[in-house]
Amino acid sequence: MAPFLIYVAVFLGVPLYVVIHGALTSGGHVTLANFSAIFTQSQYLIPLRNSLILSLWTSVGPAILGLAVAAAVVCGPADGLLRRIVSSACGVFAYFAGAPLAFVWVASLGTLGVITLLLESTFGYDLSRHFDISSQAGVGICYFYFQIPLMVIFITPALEGLRPEWKEAAQNLGATRLAYLRHVAAPILAPSFIAATLILYGSAFSAFATMLALNGCTNPVLPCKINLEMSNNVLTNSIPVGLALGTEMIMIVAVVMLVYWLVSRRAGRWVR
Amino acid sequence: MSAVASAVSERADTRRAKPPARAARRARPRPWRAVVLGLAAIFYLVPILCSIKFSLIDQQGRYGIQNYTAIIHNGTLRGALVLSLEIAAIAAVVVVGLIFPTTVLVRLKLPRLTILMEGLTILPLVVPPIVLAAGLLQLKETAPLWVVNDFFNHPLTALTPIYVVLAMPLVYRAIDTGLRAIDLHTLVDASRSLGASWPATLWRVVAPNVQTAVLGGMFLTIAMVLGEVVIANLIDQSNLTFPLEMIQFASQDNAPGVSVALTLTALVFTFMLLFALTFLARGRGASRAGVI
Repeated sequence: MAPFLIYVAVFLGVPLYVVIHGALTSGGHVTLANFSAIFTQSQYLIPLRNSLILSLWTSVGPAILGLAVAAAVVCGPADGLLRRIVSSACGVFAYFAGAPLAFVWVASLGTLGVITLLLESTFGYDLSRHFDISSQAGVGICYFYFQIPLMVIFITPALEGLRPEWKEAAQNLGATRLAYLRHVAAPILAPSFIAATLILYGSAFSAFATMLALNGCTNPVLPCKINLEMSNNVLTNSIPVGLALGTEMIMIVAVVMLVYWLVSRRAGRWVR
Repeated sequence: MSAVASAVSERADTRRAKPPARAARRARPRPWRAVVLGLAAIFYLVPILCSIKFSLIDQQGRYGIQNYTAIIHNGTLRGALVLSLEIAAIAAVVVVGLIFPTTVLVRLKLPRLTILMEGLTILPLVVPPIVLAAGLLQLKETAPLWVVNDFFNHPLTALTPIYVVLAMPLVYRAIDTGLRAIDLHTLVDASRSLGASWPATLWRVVAPNVQTAVLGGMFLTIAMVLGEVVIANLIDQSNLTFPLEMIQFASQDNAPGVSVALTLTALVFTFMLLFALTFLARGRGASRAGVI
């Protein structure tokens, strides 16, 4: 236990402490000036709003789609080839994440992408005039590519926890399939579904690698703004503001995780 | 991870008799399943197929495998690949060394700390990597010179410890699912009463029972290291890791074909590792099928 705790404290705790400490000080004094800057100036508020909106639709969408995929896989034969392929593929897509997967979409929908060129040559439709892979919408599609597998990974144990006995009991009491889904399966799955969606929200909120690969991260979202402030330190002393933005992200993630913790305690009641 | 989860939970279910309903369910095809799986297959396979075509067009616009041979011919790229694989191997061993004994201990002796373990190990998944990187960058600025020289100035020493932290969620979840599926108490009691020491019990009794879980966690760690760019990008600008080199080809060398070729190679490599793993657990019965 001790080595693990010490390791986490040193390599996760210390960097986070440095961020929060740096955000609260300016020239050796404790101050809230950095925070008043990021909460009043629109150059910091717009990335925050964009980040919150982008994370919302790239977590709820994949959560629903991921649930559908997981359900389709789980109710098939348990040791089938499909299960093996899907579970391996999910591991690869979900944890490979960010940068490499972005290139898959550049190759498909980028200006020289295969689909773009195909549309151009067959229908004369110029996709690149209406759609840019490094815009918010394009980045969102890349997020879907790793968020759906992440959802499958997180929701599969809950789906596997639905016992055949429950369905048989419901059927013996005269329930139709729809009634079983609505009154038995849905209430049991709801806490797990919400908990998994919150994890996806956190994951989308902190995602950064995709944009770094697509356009060097020039999108107006929070992680890119931090990157800019942290690497621009030669000209202006913007590091404390960067750290304050980092603290802001930590606070938002903390709220998400608090709700996650409350919800997953409820999920544990049925699904173990 | 779920590969591991299902592979490992297979063992527990051999003890339960198969319900006869399962055979009947398998026989009846369901249209909604086909639709969902078909759409998912399109969403995932079309971009992959496009990437394959894209990667087979070289910089002169002709078809060829030039983009793939760059991995062999380009010394910098080869160096970056070796560097990343070194980081991945060390990180995978260290993270298992930290997580495996701790998880066994918590499950055996300190079950009340399970929630703490879960909380701590989910943190690296949601703490924004850019924030972690910002903290490290700040540490680098203020740290004593010897720390900078010995620790921050080479990616192997600067990145490996952090990647261990990032790998914790993957490895913990894999090992925890694995341990949940075996009768840990009985195994450990039997081993201890036969006179085995704690290390021997861990290494020779518990570990072989969760080997697919441990291997799965290690493979996911490799996948993570081969894809991580955020921290590597902000911390180290001189020695590029493999994923950073990948981005470099698309952005500065103007050869996105090579980037796509590298992506596909890395994707296929990790997929094969995980797919092979699901067969390692074969012949130990079936994992559970949910009831939808």
